[in-house]
Amino acid sequence: MSNLEPEISPPMTRTSAFSQEHKVYLRRLKMEKQWILFIQVVIFVVAIALWEICANAKIVDPFITSQPSRIIKTIIRLYEEGVLFQHIGITCLEAFVGFVSGTLLGTLIAIGLWWSKFLCKILEPYLVVFNSLPKIALGPVFIVWIGAGPAAIIVMTLAISLIVTVLEILNGFLAIDAEKIKLIQTFGGTKLHILTLVVLPASLPTIINALKINVGLSWVGVIVGEFLVSKAGLGYLIVYGGQVFKLDLVMTSVIILGVAATLMYQGVVFLEKLLVKNNL
Amino acid sequence: MNHLVEVHNIGMKYQSLNGEITALEDINFSVQDGEFVSIVGPSGCGKSTLLSIISGLLVSTAGTVLLGGEKVTGTSGKVGYMLQKDHLFNWRTIYQNVILGLEIRKMLTPETKERALRLLKTYGLYEFKNKYPNQLSGGMRQRVALIRTLVTDPQILLLDEPFSALDYQTRLMVNDDIYAIIKKENKTALLVTHDIAESISMADRVVLLSKRPGTVKQIYAIKVNCANRTPLYSREAPEFRHLFQEIWKGLDVHV
Ligand SMILES: Nc1ncnc2c1ncn2[C@@H]1O[C@H](COP(=O)(O)OP(=O)(O)O)[C@@H](O)[C@H]1O
Ligand SMILES: [Mg+2]
Repeated sequence: MSNLEPEISPPMTRTSAFSQEHKVYLRRLKMEKQWILFIQVVIFVVAIALWEICANAKIVDPFITSQPSRIIKTIIRLYEEGVLFQHIGITCLEAFVGFVSGTLLGTLIAIGLWWSKFLCKILEPYLVVFNSLPKIALGPVFIVWIGAGPAAIIVMTLAISLIVTVLEILNGFLAIDAEKIKLIQTFGGTKLHILTLVVLPASLPTIINALKINVGLSWVGVIVGEFLVSKAGLGYLIVYGGQVFKLDLVMTSVIILGVAATLMYQGVVFLEKLLVKNNL
Repeated sequence: MNHLVEVHNIGMKYQSLNGEITALEDINFSVQDGEFVSIVGPSGCGKSTLLSIISGLLVSTAGTVLLGGEKVTGTSGKVGYMLQKDHLFNWRTIYQNVILGLEIRKMLTPETKERALRLLKTYGLYEFKNKYPNQLSGGMRQRVALIRTLVTDPQILLLDEPFSALDYQTRLMVNDDIYAIIKKENKTALLVTHDIAESISMADRVVLLSKRPGTVKQIYAIKVNCANRTPLYSREAPEFRHLFQEIWKGLDVHV
């Protein structure tokens, strides 16, 4: 009584004609979604409007809090001076380079530590110390060693994100089911087979998660770096604006920063959707 | 009859900080060409260890294993291994999963690809070849796992509790399914299980292991009277209950 015909699997059984209840259910879901979006927009508009009105009515001091209209004017002024995209570009480039190199280097180091358990055991205490150390404290060291410029900023970014990346990805590697590795070995597979056929593909979600954490850390690194050394970029504008009491400039830079960091994060989310389809 | 697998005086001691664990002690038995042998024993008695040693994944601390007359010194293409879970890779399609072993063994040729497709076709999985594992039911996944093992054309299949992750009804069905495929492909099989009924229903002989350190307590020849033997029919055969009682007594379970 062997049953060699394929059974229909559960995820594929789907009736083509939806019942009335299902239509109602879908409509309610859609309504809820629209409501959420609507309320989100309202909150944004009201907040901006309140900020503007309070500043105009002198309830808050626009010299300290700035206000939306002044922020727009600041952006236009920076644009007309031709420096707006220069500042944004420099900061974004530094963040991107720091982010990509942190992720690549972190993954490579994690592979090395996975490959040699011995090396991993030797390096463990050093990793723990570096992980606990507030990396920002190393800023002045980098400036002296590398010179006050974009290179120092990128190294600062690396210092902040690298160890976290290594630990996160290594943990992912070590959490892989030993039986999956045994499967490769039963086919006579080598360590390189295990790495490329199981460990890396199975860790893709972990790596993407590390990317998400890294996006945030890269921006921290870049801004700290620019605070310390730079002559251009959004971090520089913030420090400069603070020193000469141009809070408009500070607020403007913070807002641009928020937009840029969000866009980069969304880029990673997009990458995730592209790559992690069947890894669940 | 020639012996495909000969296990001679196999012993295994694991070393750990807390001391030494003797997992297996002086194991002797053999498997003939075309035979289906089950190994039953309480969990922790060293069944998986024994399979790993036979496959060459693990080096025993005593004794030798002969495979087709040759001493086992490492993994080889003669052995096909099936694990408890199917371990299909979710990022590979069914076809890509099936050719995993061929890829690793550098055996991907037009002929072997053809064989993979033919096996998929024979066992009703052809139309799923470009689907991903999470679109298949548990029974179908286990069938894909078996094809992944069969496609490298091993001489002996080692099955390490391949049904224990399935629910009871599915298990009965997959027992029949896998048994039919193994018989149809003329494979010799060594099945490890802790389920006495399962071991009787599928095997020509049952090797009973004692609890740790595992030793061979008894070997039972299974002869069931049914015209067209399948695991499910075997369970209904008149001898079944008697054999079950005998092995159950031999297993000597205490609560
Ligand atoms: N790598 C190992 N190191 C130490 N002890 C082990 C190792 N693998 C298995 N053991 C021990 O050997 C015994 C037999 O294990 P195993 O072969 O997995 O048993 P079974 O498959 O019959 O449940 C168990 O007590 C287990 O704890
Ligand atoms: Mg086991």
